[in-house]
Amino acid sequence: MPRVGEPEGGVMVAIRATLRRDLVLLLRRRSEVLNPLVFFALVITLFPIGISPDPELLATIAPGLLWVAALLAALLSLDGLFRGDYEDGSLEQLLLSPQPLPALAMAKVAVHWLLTGLPLALMAPVLGIMLALPAGSYLVLALSLALGSASLSLIGAIGAALTVGLSRGGVLLSLLVLPLYIPVLIFGAGAVQAAILGAGVSAHLAILGALLAVAMIFAPWAIAASLRISING
Amino acid sequence: MSLRLQARRLACERDDRWLFRDLDLEIQAGEILRVEGPNGSGKTTLLKILSGQLADYQGELFWDGAPLRQVRRDFLANLLYLGHAPGVKAALTPLENLAWYQALAGTVGNEDDRLEALAAVGLAGYEDVPAAQLSAGQQRRVALARLELTPRPLWVLDEPFTAIDREGVAALEDRLEAHTRRGGSVLVTTHHALRPSANLRRLCLGEGGDGVTR
Repeated sequence: MPRVGEPEGGVMVAIRATLRRDLVLLLRRRSEVLNPLVFFALVITLFPIGISPDPELLATIAPGLLWVAALLAALLSLDGLFRGDYEDGSLEQLLLSPQPLPALAMAKVAVHWLLTGLPLALMAPVLGIMLALPAGSYLVLALSLALGSASLSLIGAIGAALTVGLSRGGVLLSLLVLPLYIPVLIFGAGAVQAAILGAGVSAHLAILGALLAVAMIFAPWAIAASLRISING
Repeated sequence: MSLRLQARRLACERDDRWLFRDLDLEIQAGEILRVEGPNGSGKTTLLKILSGQLADYQGELFWDGAPLRQVRRDFLANLLYLGHAPGVKAALTPLENLAWYQALAGTVGNEDDRLEALAAVGLAGYEDVPAAQLSAGQQRRVALARLELTPRPLWVLDEPFTAIDREGVAALEDRLEAHTRRGGSVLVTTHHALRPSANLRRLCLGEGGDGVTR
């Protein structure tokens, strides 16, 4: 039987197929996509009721509130990132593919961001109205969340890959990942705060972009290594 | 040059117990190696080590004469592994599942080949049914359709006969033999008695076995 050579140019095929497969999977199980969004909306709705409907007070805490709630919503959805694949055996097939694992892992993370981070960023301005967020900061809010949540997805995927072999990995995942989320939270909420105060936001957004660039360089390798460790266990 | 997988002085310890020690084995082109042993004797572990999934072992593995670690990508391009879990996504149809596996191998493939592969494993008419609605045996058959679809010389199959009916078992045995006749090799664990054939070898693990090749 002829030997099969190393695949050439198949990486893009594999990445595209993995993107399409994960998108189809998540769109067929909409509850997994809707859960973080519903959580986000519920938390933000409860704050004016719980604290005070005073617009001035709400406007001061709004940037932090929106960012914290979005961050926790993104965290909630992370546990399922690799778990389904782990349980039905397709994760070991993914690891046995001759394609580079970091690239395939990036495809999975990209789908997670498209269906979690991006919708959260688009939804945030609507919820900002409820918190009397001053006009003029809505665009910055959405932009900072879109940039920041991509970093959150990448960093979180490392934790999800490390805990995928554990049956109750959810709490451990939060503990692992939350410290690494703090810089993103500081600069994300900072950008919105700066926009409200009328200060320049470009510095904050630039730092968010830099964080994302660093995450994009290192996270794929870290995710791939973590997946190998989990499967080894 | 024919492809072969070699293991030298392979040893694996789990929970202070040696699953196997000093195991030497070699799988040549055109051979079926059946790994036997009672439950818990380390069959699945051995298959995972030999397919390059576990790093927690002692000894050396060679693919085509070169250490496996150095030629990992080349090895993976020649390997088809079917594990305990069939690796079939419940929310996807058999066709979509196969399309993803073809893409993982680096080819787009075409729909006709996939339909043909599904028909060959007796799933004609179920191509567009979500796998969740299929029985356990049918889901296993979706995974087995990959044997038809992706040409790989080395098959590593962990309990491929699970949940398969009698006709399916016979068809799968035929397929294994056809594969060896074309020069492929098969490493398989099963509790099912395979038909005796000239190119079938057995490896016994566990107590009384001590990794003897017969």
